[in-house]
Order: sequence, then C-alpha cells, then structure tokens
Amino acid sequence: MRTLYKFHGGVHPPTNKTQSNLTPIAQAALPSKLLIPLHQHVGSSAKPVVEVGEYVLKGQRIGRPEGHLSSAVHASTSGTIAAIDMQRVAHPSGIPDLCITLIPDGLDEWIALDTCDDWTTLSHTDLRHRLREAGVVGLGGAVFPSDMKLYSHKHKIKTLVLNGAECEPYITCDDMLMRERAGEILQGAEMMRALLYAEEVLIGIEDNKPEAIAAMKSAVVAGNHQRMEVIAVPTVYPGGGAKQLIRVLTGIEVAAGVRSTNMGVQCFNVGTAYSAWRAIRFGEPLVSRIVTVTGNVSRPQNYDALIGTPMDELVAQSGQLPGTTGYIMGGPMMGVLMPSRQVGVIKAANCIIASSDKLFPTAKPALPCIRCTRCADVCPSELQPQELYWFSKAKNFDKAEDYHLFDCIECGACSYVCPSNIPLVQYYRFAKSEIWAREAGKKAADAARERHEYRESRIEREKREKTEKLAAKEKAAQAAKTPLQPVVAAANPDADPENTMQLKIQTAIDRAKEQAAAIKPKNVEQLTPQQQAEINDIEARRARIRELAKDNTDAQP
Amino acid sequence: MFSALLVMAALAIVLGAVLGFAAIKFRVEGNPLVDKIDAVLPQTQCGQCGFPGCKPYANAIAEGTADINLCPPGGEEGIQKLANLLGMEFKPFGGATVPKPKSVAVIDESTCIGCTLCIQACPVDAIAGAAKQLHTVIVPECTGCELCVPPCPVDCISMIPIEENITNWKWKYPVYALTASKQAQ
Repeated sequence: MRTLYKFHGGVHPPTNKTQSNLTPIAQAALPSKLLIPLHQHVGSSAKPVVEVGEYVLKGQRIGRPEGHLSSAVHASTSGTIAAIDMQRVAHPSGIPDLCITLIPDGLDEWIALDTCDDWTTLSHTDLRHRLREAGVVGLGGAVFPSDMKLYSHKHKIKTLVLNGAECEPYITCDDMLMRERAGEILQGAEMMRALLYAEEVLIGIEDNKPEAIAAMKSAVVAGNHQRMEVIAVPTVYPGGGAKQLIRVLTGIEVAAGVRSTNMGVQCFNVGTAYSAWRAIRFGEPLVSRIVTVTGNVSRPQNYDALIGTPMDELVAQSGQLPGTTGYIMGGPMMGVLMPSRQVGVIKAANCIIASSDKLFPTAKPALPCIRCTRCADVCPSELQPQELYWFSKAKNFDKAEDYHLFDCIECGACSYVCPSNIPLVQYYRFAKSEIWAREAGKKAADAARERHEYRESRIEREKREKTEKLAAKEKAAQAAKTPLQPVVAAANPDADPENTMQLKIQTAIDRAKEQAAAIKPKNVEQLTPQQQAEINDIEARRARIRELAKDNTDAQP
Repeated sequence: MFSALLVMAALAIVLGAVLGFAAIKFRVEGNPLVDKIDAVLPQTQCGQCGFPGCKPYANAIAEGTADINLCPPGGEEGIQKLANLLGMEFKPFGGATVPKPKSVAVIDESTCIGCTLCIQACPVDAIAGAAKQLHTVIVPECTGCELCVPPCPVDCISMIPIEENITNWKWKYPVYALTASKQAQ
C-alpha cells in the first residue's frame, strides 16, 4: 500500500456528480453550425489556412500553429467554411475573437488519416510534431500545448502523474472517460512516459469514483502495463489541482515559482492522454472532447461533442429546463459565466452547467472582512487570503506579490467558506491581471528606452562621422599641396608672400597641363578611314590654333 | 602630551587618505536618482512635459527644476510613483496636461507620399520606410507619442486608441453592494 500525503486545507462541497454519471457517454448530434475559435490554447493564436466558401473534410487543418508555443486547429466535421470573422467566444470578457464558422454537410466525412500501428518506430521529435499538428492540448482546463510538456532534456523526469482526480463538483467527463476508454488512456500514458523517459506512472483518482478506479485497474492488468499504478486519493476539493495531486501522490511540494518538472514530476490530464493516443495511433486530430452537460436540465449527461458546437444546441439535447439564467463553463467553484449561450464548445470546456436561481442563488450581500482566517485554514496553497484580499482591494499590488499572490490557484475554497460572502477570488483575479498589465507596460517602456537611446547614439555617431570625414578631406587637400612648400622655402628662404603666391599659381597651371596631357582619346580602336581622316583634320586645326596662340603670347610682352 | 598629539595627527592623516582613496575608487558615475526617476517614466519620449525626452525630464526633476505632474502618458499612477520615490506630496495634473488613452499611430497608405519626415521625428525608430517608399508604423514599438503627426505634410497619420481584446483584457475590480438592498429586505 502506497503512503499518501496530505496538502493543507481543502473543502468538501456537495459533489453533485451522480446526476450526470449514471448514463454512458452519448454521441452529440451534429449541430447546425460550428463556431471554432482559432485561439483555444495557451500561446499564440493559430493562423487560418482556409478561405470562406472552401469545402473541408473532418480533421482537415484549418488553423496553422504560429510560433513556438501554439497549436493547430481542425475542422470538426466535413462542410463548408461560412465565415472567418470576429465572434463571441467562450471567454468571461465577452470580447469577440477570430473564429471560423463551419456549416456541416451532414456526411461527417474524415480526411485521409495517417495511422501508425506502432508508435515506437517513430522518433520522439516526430511524435511531438504529430501532437502539435493534431492540436493536442491539456484538456484539464489549462489547454497548454502538450508537445511542449513532453520534453525531458532540461530535467530528469522520474514520475508521470496522470490526473483523473476530477475534484470539482458536477463535472464527470474524466470519470466517464476512464470508465469507458481506460485502455486507450493507458496506451497514451505509456507513450507519454516513453517521451519523458519517466520511471513510473501514477494515476490519481479520487475515491468517490470507484467504477473509474476499477476500470483503470483492470485496464492496467489487461494491457500488461508495467510501472503503472492506479491510486485512489481522498476526495477533497481541490485535490485535482496539479500541485495538490503531486503532493498527495509523491509527497513532493512544488515550491513557489518553480515548475513540477524541476522536481522530476510531470502531470497530464487523463483526457489529454486519450487524445494524444488517438492522434498518434489513428492520426485523429483533436476535433471533439467529452463534455458534461448538467445543472438545470432534465437529462444530465456526458457527450462526445465536436469542438465548436454551439453551447445552446448541446444543452438542448439534454433538455434545458425553464428558468435557466446562463451557462457556466467549468465547475461551480472555478467556472466562468459565458457571455452568450451561442458560443462554441472549446478544447477547455470540460463541463457546461445550465445555471438557475434555484441551483445557484444570487450571492448574499458581502459583509466586511472580520479577519476570522477561515480562508487561511482552507487555502491549499497555504497563503493568507485575508491579507491578499486586503492588498488587492487597496490596489497595493507590490504587497500582494510579496504575499505570493501568484501561488494562488484561484480554486475558490476561500470564497466558499467566507462567512462574510466576500468574492475573494474576483479580487485576486483583478490583482493578477493588473500586475500582468503593469509588467507588460514596464517591458514596453524598457524596450522604448533602449530604442530611444540607440537612436540618440546613432544620430551622435553619424554626426561625428560626418565631421571626421570633412576633417579628413581637408587634411588630404592640405597634404596634396605640402610637397611643394619645402622646395619653395629652400629656393628663396626670404621669399615674400607674393612670390610664393605666384609659385603656387605656376604649379597649379603645370598640374592642369599635366592632367590635360594625360587625357587620352577614347573609342579610337575601330575607326573607319573616313573618321580617321576627319580626326586628323581636327587635330591639325587644333595644332595650328595652338601655334597661333603661342605666337600671340610670345609677342605680347 | 606631545605623543598624544602625534597619534591623533597620524590617525587623521591615515583616515583622510582612506577617505580620499574611497572617494576616487568608489566614485558613482552620473546621478543614480536620475536613473531611478527615468525607470518610473513611461518612455514615450513624447516631450509633452516640455523636455526633449524622458531622460531630460528625469534630470530636471532630480535637479528640482521641474514638477512631478507634467507627464500625461504616465497618468496619475505615474505621479503617485514619482511622489513615493521622491518623498513628495501627490500633485494632480494642472492646466492643459491631461492623460489620453494609449494609442498607436497609423499611416494611411493611400495618402503617404514617402517624404521620411515622420521617420526623422519618431523617437523610437518605430516607422519603417525610405524616400519615395510607402512608410508604415511598427505597431508593437510605437509608444503613441504623436511626434510624427505634426511633421506629416499630407496629414496621413492618425492616432488610433488601443482597444481591449482577448489578450489585453483585464479582470475588473469587483463591485457589489455591501449591505442588503431594500428589495431583499
């Protein structure tokens, strides 16, 4: 029996999972249209590679990854591209972002897929490239491109943690995935372990999911997976946070500002392992994911839904009940209210809760903080939420950073227990984004200063070079004259200025004569006899004129 | 008594030599306060403060010849930072200096005649182009200083405020009622 560790704090909200995990995963019906955002992952937005009106097949790449940290986006079904424009996306701001609208043709026809029977024949670089091209990102909610996490050259990875904890209430998508597709999750995990050169794979599942634990355990035996262990962890929110699960399974505490890979641990969601396996084995890009639809609906259910499915069409399949006030993407603790019901399902959408006043009554009015420190008791990151609240509220961001605001995982445990009903996490989110904006501003100012200083120095240098050039020119001119000076000085040491002036004039005349003599006629190689005669004629005339001029000057004095 | 005087004199000479040496050896080049002030200024190099750039303004503040409320791009937050740094009282903006929303310059490509006057005016080399070639603003480098606007002979440069988008969006300050509304009661 493995020793399990504990993390600080945690809460026990009602799990509300049985509503949606009693029926198997259903295939969601093909929607009337798909709204596929090009920025569904951490990193730079994908660039569209299709045009409006183009016919695409299911799995065809419609967005190409741009830059180092990016991921591809694919057509979720076959159909016609209706628009590439700014649409509202599943983001709390409600600000439009670039989306591709796809009208399905109903055939759901796959593009030719590049299958691979034995991934061990592929190089690791090739595997990572395939994952990037397949748009595989972390499906636990962080949507970080998976290929970027599957390196081990910087740090020795000892343990690969597979996160099947799913600690947040209402959500059951990972639970159902593990029950139904355990074998494929483990194949993916095996591949990830090889990419990371990890020694062991620990699969953490909260003990409120006995069916998933049993399914995964039997799949480990059936697949004869060595060095893999399924571990039931206690059900505590937020036990599914990456740092918390790593702590529980390995006892390693990931320090502030440090990545778990520095401590030899890498963590992936079970859904990511499944998608990575589908991408490599069958060449299937990430065009669908398991989404829990629950809350104010008559038949809560998990769906295998296409990316881009409008949320209202998906919820309608579960029978949306009257009184629905909006949709929450994610769970009730960390989820965000959607700006519109028509936004498309994105890769991060693990759960859609149709909220109603009955399920989530309007928050009671917030009262002043009484500094009871119940929030500090439940904080899984061992922070002082009451202090962070104080500093964030006062916009004293430096102090908030001193109190490790950025170690906050925004789990909401503090808000959950607050007797004064203060929306604490909202304050932390506000403070974090203000600090990020300030840092970005500082960076821009530093860059501007550098560019300005470079410009100043360049102008200075150009000026200097100009004067130097001028000085050099003058010096050269001086140097051309100097050889004559000593001669003059030697000839008449007491020569008056007028005499030297005349000498100078004489030398200048001589120099001009020499130059004139040095000029040779050009293009005289191939002349006709007639031309030659003409030239001779001209030359004779010139000689005569020169003769005459000479006689004149001689006669003049 | 004489030996005591000698000892004190020798001590004075030795310590004086040490101080003199330290003054030369650990000499601080330039004014460190200027760099500190310069680090707080937004580096738009716009000259709205009346000085030709952020560094000269920082110099003037350090010398005490300029006020701390002359920098509109820095906003009130910038004044607050300068006040904290210098141990002064916060001073609101006075007169014509009003902060504007952060903008970037945009060149109308159909009107630009390629005269290079804006390139010469840009303090951060954020405009690319050559004589009789179309000019364009390198948006990420533009500080929004507006110095390129007046030299343009065909008025083809306009300042466009930066709009909020998904990447620069910020969570808003939570606003809620502290006490129950009358309706709830």
